[in-house]
Amino acid sequence: MERILFGDNQFFGVNHSSDEKSRAQAIQFKEDAAILKTLDYARDEGVNTFMCTTHDRIAGICDAIRANPIKYHNFKIYPCLPYAHKYANAVGELGLLGTLKQYVPGNFFGTLFRGGVAIVSKDYISMMKLLIDAEMKMFKGINTPVIFLQNVVTDLLLGLGMKDVVKAFHQYIITEYNAEPGYITMNLPKLYEFLISAGIENPIICTSINIDGFRMSGGKEVYEKILNDKDVRVIAMQVLSGGASKPKEAISYVCNLPNIQSILFGASSKANIRETVSLIREFDDLEGQYSVEQFNHIKIY
Amino acid sequence: MIRVALIGAGKMGISHLSILGAHPQVEVVGVADNTHLVTDFLEKYAQYRCFTDYNKMIEVTKPDAVVVAVPTKLHSLFVWNLLKNDIHVFVEKPFCLDVEEGLGLMEMARSKNLVNQVGYHNKFIGTFKEAKSIIETGLIGKIQHFTADMSGPVFIRNKQQSWRSKEDEGGGCLLDYAAHSIDLLNYLVAPIDKVHGTILKQYFNTQVEDGVYALLETKNQISGVLNVNWSDETYRKMATTITIFGTKGKIIVDTTELKLYLKDTPHHLIYGKGWNIKHINELSDSVNYYLRGEEYSAQLDYFIKAVNGEVPNNINNFESANQTDNVIQLIRNFK
Repeated sequence: MERILFGDNQFFGVNHSSDEKSRAQAIQFKEDAAILKTLDYARDEGVNTFMCTTHDRIAGICDAIRANPIKYHNFKIYPCLPYAHKYANAVGELGLLGTLKQYVPGNFFGTLFRGGVAIVSKDYISMMKLLIDAEMKMFKGINTPVIFLQNVVTDLLLGLGMKDVVKAFHQYIITEYNAEPGYITMNLPKLYEFLISAGIENPIICTSINIDGFRMSGGKEVYEKILNDKDVRVIAMQVLSGGASKPKEAISYVCNLPNIQSILFGASSKANIRETVSLIREFDDLEGQYSVEQFNHIKIY
Repeated sequence: MIRVALIGAGKMGISHLSILGAHPQVEVVGVADNTHLVTDFLEKYAQYRCFTDYNKMIEVTKPDAVVVAVPTKLHSLFVWNLLKNDIHVFVEKPFCLDVEEGLGLMEMARSKNLVNQVGYHNKFIGTFKEAKSIIETGLIGKIQHFTADMSGPVFIRNKQQSWRSKEDEGGGCLLDYAAHSIDLLNYLVAPIDKVHGTILKQYFNTQVEDGVYALLETKNQISGVLNVNWSDETYRKMATTITIFGTKGKIIVDTTELKLYLKDTPHHLIYGKGWNIKHINELSDSVNYYLRGEEYSAQLDYFIKAVNGEVPNNINNFESANQTDNVIQLIRNFK
């Protein structure tokens, strides 16, 4: 995995510190061209991995990437499935069965409704595989070396203790897509134990890590302990606490933690992309000169 | 350990179940739902004991507390049954379709000394909590006016297959969506007891309303406007903004940001004259397990603590939810 990954929240009106800002960004990125231009800014800074949800609009971005193979020859996408709001909104509108009927491809559910519940309802894992295939369709022909399970689903399965479902996802990504499975979570300590107990070693986990302890469930200290003691490949996200922290202190904190393989960030402007990338590079070069303890007393407002 | 069961494993129910499953003081003893596809899946992969009949579940699993997340029309009967069996109850919002029934349940829970809570999760969001504390300290002076704006993409097509589209099941924007804003206004400003005008609009639904617009007044004569539309696809998810206008300043608060304007320099350590902005990351307390938002874990944690006697049962209890039901009825019945 590359050290710096570029995220997609800003393109789809996701902003964790301001609803108002998120709506302004949705307007800014109305056209696919605006998204592609921003990806170019990231590529100009040497960031060649785009980590994105399976939002409908990513299909258009994938088309553009496929249409320009030379330009994007070393460009990678880390898909994060599923785009949960799509399903959550559909459940509100169509109910659970209606949603499955709409999104599970083929006549999988046609059989269910015609022939009665018993015939197909037991094969949930096959249903999940069909949903993964449906979501992954848009990335056909694009290099996707790591495929992630979105945090809402990861954390839901974690809370429900559904180890077999996670194991099935893990295995399917490896065998069917020849890719590494990854997990986005807001609960690193609990998820780490859960994955290890499911037999998943040295997992790739993308999680909130920031100087404020924002969205670090169970507390910052527990996270630091895992980073120090365990075999885990961590991608730090929300390093700026949803945009509210001062970039310098925030990035310096993350760069000085052990076991952080990559840092995921998103930004809308060329200047912000450049600033964040150069700060990460700067603090990576200084690694070892600061200790984590030095940052623990700093609380940014 | 508190023995907790769930009735209704739909969108909210599954989310509650996951949070309960991760809670260190909770043992999930059973799940009741009438969708075979769901209970079968939960039994197979989460190893929960599942039932299609919730009465059977109560009889067999003997829970201390139950979380109820079924269509609103069923709330009264289910809650009554649970209270009758001396079980603490957390029920999804809105509380009851019938205000009188809600009052009865409130009395019943009180007389039996049972913990009772309703799922108005906004009160557990840091920004709204801070707004409440600012208002209580008198920083914005005497409140003169308020507005509540709420939008989201629940129904954006002519498809109406869920219970949220059905009037007799307790669907509709007023009950399912606007209830959140009304409850927040009752909490932040004062209980509303008059409605001066209502417009209920249908955009996609044919049985229930998609838009709720109303002029409101609290019992201490503060006026305000409610503006709710759940058919607005320019919003990615539910967005709620409350604006409160006072003699000394103004608050604009949503789930991510709190903006406070003060006319003069106050005697206050944090806030000063002019605009003050606070973001959710400065205002939210860390939770032990996170799913979809701190508030969902925080409200269930509060419920479990109340069952354990560690906190008073005074946030979102049946009494406050019944006040919200009352406003819903006033809006609905306005002529």
